[in-house]
Amino acid sequence: MTDTESEHDGQEFVRLPTGPDGRIHEDQPTRAEVLDWWSERFGIGRDFLEEFSYWEKGRGKVWAFHADTDSPVRVEGLGMSVLRTRGDHWKPTTNAVQRFGTRAEKNVIHLTREQAAAFVAGHDQEIPWDGDWGYLIATHDIAGETEPLGVGLYLHGELRSQIPKGRRRDL
Amino acid sequence: MEVLDRYEPLIDDFEAFREACERPLPSVVRVNTIKTDPETARGALEAEGIEVDPCAWHAGLFRLDTQPGANWPYYHGWLHGQEEVSAVPATVLDPDPGDRVWDACAAPGSKTTQLSALMDDRGLLVATDNNLGRISALRSNAERLGVTNVAITREDARNHSLKPWESKPYDAALVDVPCSCEGTIRKNPDTLEEWSLEHVEGIAGSQKGILRRAVQTVREGGHVVYSTCTFAPEENEAVLDHVLAEEPCRLVAFDLPLDHAPGVTEFEDRTFDESVRKAKRIYPHHNDTGGFFCAKLEVTG
Repeated sequence: MTDTESEHDGQEFVRLPTGPDGRIHEDQPTRAEVLDWWSERFGIGRDFLEEFSYWEKGRGKVWAFHADTDSPVRVEGLGMSVLRTRGDHWKPTTNAVQRFGTRAEKNVIHLTREQAAAFVAGHDQEIPWDGDWGYLIATHDIAGETEPLGVGLYLHGELRSQIPKGRRRDL
Repeated sequence: MEVLDRYEPLIDDFEAFREACERPLPSVVRVNTIKTDPETARGALEAEGIEVDPCAWHAGLFRLDTQPGANWPYYHGWLHGQEEVSAVPATVLDPDPGDRVWDACAAPGSKTTQLSALMDDRGLLVATDNNLGRISALRSNAERLGVTNVAITREDARNHSLKPWESKPYDAALVDVPCSCEGTIRKNPDTLEEWSLEHVEGIAGSQKGILRRAVQTVREGGHVVYSTCTFAPEENEAVLDHVLAEEPCRLVAFDLPLDHAPGVTEFEDRTFDESVRKAKRIYPHHNDTGGFFCAKLEVTG
């Protein structure tokens, strides 16, 4: 195995390249593409997300780390798993949306308390929405603030809850 | 409970101590300041009809009249269920944003996530544990609470490697070691059933190794906090006494706005370095909490 191949083995974190020339596999996202995606999809500013270093562990699993070290590094975790980039539609994680989503300015669907409860219980719901289809940030109001709940997939008039089983609650 | 009789010579009001050990423990949550602030979290709990009784010594700790996990602020990662005394060591270490910090026995992450909040989720926080199942719990707690500055390693803390971290020493380390857990008897009434002096002496060996490694990995002038949830001097003052003799470090005084007793310099036929009096023993009857031990060391070389 060459050194480059060993970086594919899914056990190491590899820092995302700054540009396309640094890719270690052809569909590896670059740091700039990740920053652009959050900005274009959700309007979350680059100035905030630029403070993080971005890493891949296994193909298409991107982590954000609010510190830095030498790449590659063989550890169990490095910051937070924030994004899946395999496939045409990149998908943010529940935890990333809860951490970064208060800064989102578009593709945010605001839910009533009743809709929010169904959403965190994992239910799909018919909800009118005249924006883009695809992955949305679902929010609701709590203690006078608007707070992100997680990721919903909007298709054909329906918001499909993407809350992982372990995070679902009957509230 | 007879096991605890060995501590009668150490404890001022042994009757009150025994009675406290038999009472169940109140349910406590810590407010996660990475995502919210105590006032907002309190408002959210009260809006759900949950009664909030803030702990006097720490603005971000609430005693609740219910289980902590089934409410909206918990879902959002604004709260973490954490025993009141378990919040002591991170506040004693008190790292700053941007520091390099090692949490040597991190899972399931109550203290790790508290350290991250004190660091404003900025600067390198390395969290080590040797058990994959416990690391999985650590990861899910850290992610639910929105922690992004923690790096998790699976290692024996006694052999912790600085190599993945640019081989640079830490500014601070928290050594909250696995112990005989006598102080958790209010939460786990069975905890003393398996007690043996042999186990206490055995686990003290690894405690010494972990604390030594922490002193070795922290820069001169940096701090190491050592804590346990047990009363046994073999796992507390004796560990400090050993490491004071073997590594360049000294015990330092610190403030703790909870009732407590000083570390003990004698137990049964053993004596310990006089400076272990700077460590603090928290007994269940002092503040109606679990039992705890906490010491702060400064690295001197």
